[in-house]
Amino acid sequence: MKTIEEKGGNETVDSLPPSTRLAIELKNITKIFGHVVANSDVNLKVLAGTIHGIVGENGAGKSTLMNILFGLYKPDSGTIFLNGQAVDVNSPEKSIALGIGMVHQHFMLVPTFTVLENAMLGNEGSMILKNGEKAVLDRLKGLSKNYGLDVDFEAIISDIPVGMQQRVEILKALNRGAKILILDEPTGVLTPQETIGLFDILRSLRDQGVTIILITHKLKEIMSITDTVSVMRGGKVVANFSTEKTSPEELAENMVGRKVLLSIKKPTLKFGNPVLEVKNVSHESKDGVNVLKDISFDLKEGEILGIAGVAGNGQSELLDILSGIETLQRGQITVNHKTILPYQDWNSKKAREFGVAHVPEDRHKRGLVLPFYNYENSILGYHRNEKYFSSFLMDKRKIVNFVDDLIENFDVRPRSSSISSGKLSGGNQQKLVLAREIESNPNILLVGQPTRGVDIGAIERIYEDLMKLKSKGTAILLVSVELDEIMSLSDRIVVMNQGSIVGETNSSNATELDLGKMMSGLEQV
Amino acid sequence: MSDSNIIPKWLSVGVIPLMNLFLAFCVSGLFIFFIGENPFRAIFVMIKGAFYYPGAIGYTLYYTTNFIFTGLAVALAFHARLFNIGGEGQAYVGGLGVGLVCLIFDQHVMGFLVTILAILGSVIFGAIWGIIPGYLQAKRGSHIVITTIMFNFIAAALMVYLLVNVIIEPGQMSPETRDFASGVGLVQIHIFAKYLGLEMAMSPLNLSFIGALTVSVGFWFLVWRTKFGYELRSLGHSETAAIYAGIKVSSTIIIVMAISGGLAGLVAINELLGVHNKLLLGFTAGYGFTGIAVALMGRNHPFGIFLASLLFGALYQGGTELDFEFSSITREMVLLIQGLIILFSGALAYMLNPLVERFYLKYYGSINSA
Repeated sequence: MKTIEEKGGNETVDSLPPSTRLAIELKNITKIFGHVVANSDVNLKVLAGTIHGIVGENGAGKSTLMNILFGLYKPDSGTIFLNGQAVDVNSPEKSIALGIGMVHQHFMLVPTFTVLENAMLGNEGSMILKNGEKAVLDRLKGLSKNYGLDVDFEAIISDIPVGMQQRVEILKALNRGAKILILDEPTGVLTPQETIGLFDILRSLRDQGVTIILITHKLKEIMSITDTVSVMRGGKVVANFSTEKTSPEELAENMVGRKVLLSIKKPTLKFGNPVLEVKNVSHESKDGVNVLKDISFDLKEGEILGIAGVAGNGQSELLDILSGIETLQRGQITVNHKTILPYQDWNSKKAREFGVAHVPEDRHKRGLVLPFYNYENSILGYHRNEKYFSSFLMDKRKIVNFVDDLIENFDVRPRSSSISSGKLSGGNQQKLVLAREIESNPNILLVGQPTRGVDIGAIERIYEDLMKLKSKGTAILLVSVELDEIMSLSDRIVVMNQGSIVGETNSSNATELDLGKMMSGLEQV
Repeated sequence: MSDSNIIPKWLSVGVIPLMNLFLAFCVSGLFIFFIGENPFRAIFVMIKGAFYYPGAIGYTLYYTTNFIFTGLAVALAFHARLFNIGGEGQAYVGGLGVGLVCLIFDQHVMGFLVTILAILGSVIFGAIWGIIPGYLQAKRGSHIVITTIMFNFIAAALMVYLLVNVIIEPGQMSPETRDFASGVGLVQIHIFAKYLGLEMAMSPLNLSFIGALTVSVGFWFLVWRTKFGYELRSLGHSETAAIYAGIKVSSTIIIVMAISGGLAGLVAINELLGVHNKLLLGFTAGYGFTGIAVALMGRNHPFGIFLASLLFGALYQGGTELDFEFSSITREMVLLIQGLIILFSGALAYMLNPLVERFYLKYYGSINSA
């Protein structure tokens, strides 16, 4: 605690009661990149000792605003007040000195260092590391105990779970004297249990006077942890609420600018024959790690099977094998009654011929060639189809005609076949990929993270499209780290942990807590 | 090679390259000024040398032909994100293909057929010299830049050995083969013009130039209108997306390098079948390396490559004239000017972009964003 005060600033202001004192005030912040107005005349007030949520769709300007506050960007106009005083935050160093800490979405830790070495980074206490270490360790232990930030200081970062890595990030910020903590999408990589743990920590930080800004797109989290919330849309703060007096529906409406349906109508229909059977599939990665262990399941026509799990527990590898990107090493797969054995000729081209379409987890790396025009991307993987050719030459007019319809039917915006796909928003890129794969009329659709980085309006549309496909009898395998998504879309859920299937349940009687326990490997069903 | 998103295309592919060129000429002018000559007179002499004198245009276009071939070779590989530095060696070995075909067949088969076979020979031999590094990259992960550079040296050493010890014309000292039989070779344009009753000044410009233009059109179709072109561009932009699309990465790499090598090999038809009429040491004279600059400057598009080739052709030809005209401007000085142009339009191609972007946004940006 002592160290925080040493660095943290202003005694006279600190003595005011926390509930009425403004920790942060942003006045008329504007930031323009080229043609894009990222922040336009933004005003934001955050009371000291509260948790303030900022929600908004991708590109609404949340990250830009926080990067301005953290000194990574310089605003074109506007003023930042910290504890009532106008400050010039022109670099992260300055912002740290002013008592602002940031926990980024992607952790900034040195994977080969120990927890202690990482936590002391930036505030080592002495030129000679050994001398500082003892003092820092004492201080960190104090912080750790105070806020329930439970970590093992001896452990190497790459050996510990992400939940603990995140606690190290928070400790690091506190060790540098942070009195204001910014967290950018902190729960994206956590299990539900870890999320609960994080929220406990945040509450205890708040209760001891730390001001917290939480950026997230998960409305449920906003409702459960924040005291106040601001909604951003199109670079502006469009609404401020006291969390008690608002609802997820109201927040969503403000984020999108229109009424949004948050629930999904699942068509009820009988499942058909099994079209995908996976038997005893195991896989070893290039570094010799067993990423898949004896995976078996089947999938029927018209069924949606959700695969839940924390990212990195073998789901991606499973998708890669089923879609033909990776070679099958052990076990067997039966696709539409055709059996694939280990080391047989199995590739993406063949998978498509067998009626397997694939919406990959990473649309930037896999699903799209970003510099390509929309009309080029709309045939990626299906570019061998004769309908796009006149004799042996690709016929641009035929392709564009086809793509114009596609873009129209799946509501991809802007409605242009000759714009680089890299210029589309995340949601529209995803709609384009989904459109292409659905349009191929597959028997089996593999979907990875269908709504990652996708705004609410587009999510609504994507869910609708998946449901339409389901009612046509397509079997859908859904991999997602968003538990809500898995639970509301799937008919049946399997949970993966460390490469194994650790549980299976019907979605109607699944609870988030049960699934969470299975995801963390605590409980086997 | 991503172009800016902010400024319109006419600025990024039209105005900026011209500005780069202008800068290069300015700096060249400074050098010429420092050695005591008048830069404006030098430029005048160069332009006259490249376009005005009888036969000058012929010479310029003859050089242009070589640059089109090597520029296209580099550009094709670049579309698949392969940096083929080996154009020089591939052209050289392409020459071996021409030489071998001619030396073996020209006494027995009619000249026209031998010429066709020799053209095929240049493509096939050049392709082989591209395939080997391509294979090593695709299957063994050896970096294409390293292997193609090494293959330039291997080609040079091989050719010295063959031309000095094996296929040298007996009874003389210079490392070259005997002349090909008289019916073999590509007609020079001025002779061709004479058949049509036109009078043209003599120059080494030959039918290869028409070939180069045809190949340029073919290049465009290949890259932008065929399945293979689609696949190689996908691979060039994103290997992961290409794998996702079921594109076979290694075979695509090998085929791209084969075509690239074959394109470079075509330099031999211009040089050997069109001009020298025999195989000789060092006929590639750096055209393969300059092809890299040509492709860079031409933004890997056949039309851009044609313009860039024309520029370098004019520089080569005009530079020779400069060398003649001024006692203080030597061959090395001309090389320096070429080097500056490569520097400004190749290596520093994007140097002016931020400046132009800022300028553009200041005067047009507000209108667009409103």
